[in-house]
Amino acid sequence: MCRKTNTTPTGSFFLTESENSLIRATMNTRGLRSQLKDSVPVTGMGPQVGAYGVQDTLRSGFSSVKNELLPSHALELSEKNFQLNQDKMNFSNLRNIQGLHAPLKLQMEYRAARQIQRLPFLQSSHLALDTLKGNDESISFEDILNDPAQSEMMGEPHIMVEYKLGMM
Amino acid sequence: RKMATLSVCQPQLGGFSFENCKRNAVLEAEVTKLGCNVPSARKTGTTICGVVFKDGIVLGADTRATEGMIVADKNCSKIHYISPNIYCCGAGTAADTEMTTQIISSNLELHSLSTSRLPRVATANRMLKQMLFRYQGHIGAALVLGGVDCNGPHLYSIYPHGSTDKLPYVTMGSGSLAAMAVFEDRYKQDMEEEDAKRLVRDAIAAGIFNDLGSGSNIDLCVITKGRVDYLRPHDMANKKGVRTGNYKYKQGTTGVLTKSVIKLDLEVVEETVQTMDTS
Repeated sequence: MCRKTNTTPTGSFFLTESENSLIRATMNTRGLRSQLKDSVPVTGMGPQVGAYGVQDTLRSGFSSVKNELLPSHALELSEKNFQLNQDKMNFSNLRNIQGLHAPLKLQMEYRAARQIQRLPFLQSSHLALDTLKGNDESISFEDILNDPAQSEMMGEPHIMVEYKLGMM
Repeated sequence: RKMATLSVCQPQLGGFSFENCKRNAVLEAEVTKLGCNVPSARKTGTTICGVVFKDGIVLGADTRATEGMIVADKNCSKIHYISPNIYCCGAGTAADTEMTTQIISSNLELHSLSTSRLPRVATANRMLKQMLFRYQGHIGAALVLGGVDCNGPHLYSIYPHGSTDKLPYVTMGSGSLAAMAVFEDRYKQDMEEEDAKRLVRDAIAAGIFNDLGSGSNIDLCVITKGRVDYLRPHDMANKKGVRTGNYKYKQGTTGVLTKSVIKLDLEVVEETVQTMDTS
């Protein structure tokens, strides 16, 4: 089945109101089994491999096979990948309903909005990204529990910036 | 991310953190070896129920909260507000039902502000069901959700793993079988408000008197189009009795034989003045 790619008019970077509401309507719908193949594979908590394929002791500490292979809680793995899986399922639904252009446009906007942030060790508000994803109109455990602004540990600024730039 | 990392490379995320689960498991094993008990969560071993009548919904709940074998709260409120036209009774772990209903209430308020319409019961049901399924039953909240919206009265029961049922009468909690027995016997379609209130009151009373996990008073909530009656308490089924005897002695019971007054001479040793810094 060949799908025609719609040509989008140049300069229209923002979705119309109806498209936005339709996307919000498709969020959180159950995907078909055929779309499970798009979800992030659950690799488990494999050993943290560093740059040369060996355990990165400096960054992740000493390793222990027992700690790595088994998750400490039944929900740990599913929660780690929950947002990714939701996004993948929604994008594949959107692609089946509206065509390839819809998830492509959305992902381009997400990528642009994700770049609007401060240096890694400072708290960024992610306002544009939240508005695009619709997180500004909902409250969940991410907003109530474990607020990063109240975290007791602060990342070491130099190391975090080097990690982000890929220098480390 | 483990606490033992020498340097924190990635910023922290909000939400549930599973860092202490292994430590908790080890602690629990140690404590059971010594023969003590880990403190248990406060549950609302409960009777909650709801019924659809001619013009709306009647929700009912008892008011006892237990912690293992001890009554933690003799008069807790189990009927939670979700929106002006939707209320929800909660059974299971008390904190879970409380937080879940508050989160859903906030989300519904934001949603209704964005759509500028009165929220529907089906919306609340879907939000609750999706959240509970996401956490695979680890959030122990069994709910009875009822309300009146533009499509009429609706009543749902929601289980901790995320399954829901839309029915004309539902019961949940440890006393649900006792309450369901009363419903199965006397429920009729399109009852009047007084009959429905009496039916729910009797169902909760059956749960209170036949189940150890339920007790104290009966709360009712009657929801109709445009009016909500939150009757707390509707019926004090278990009033604490008044003591018939009194162990206090009246003044003058003991006769006084002699009385002597000794004055204590206190002399002033030192007098200091500390000024306050009121600048």
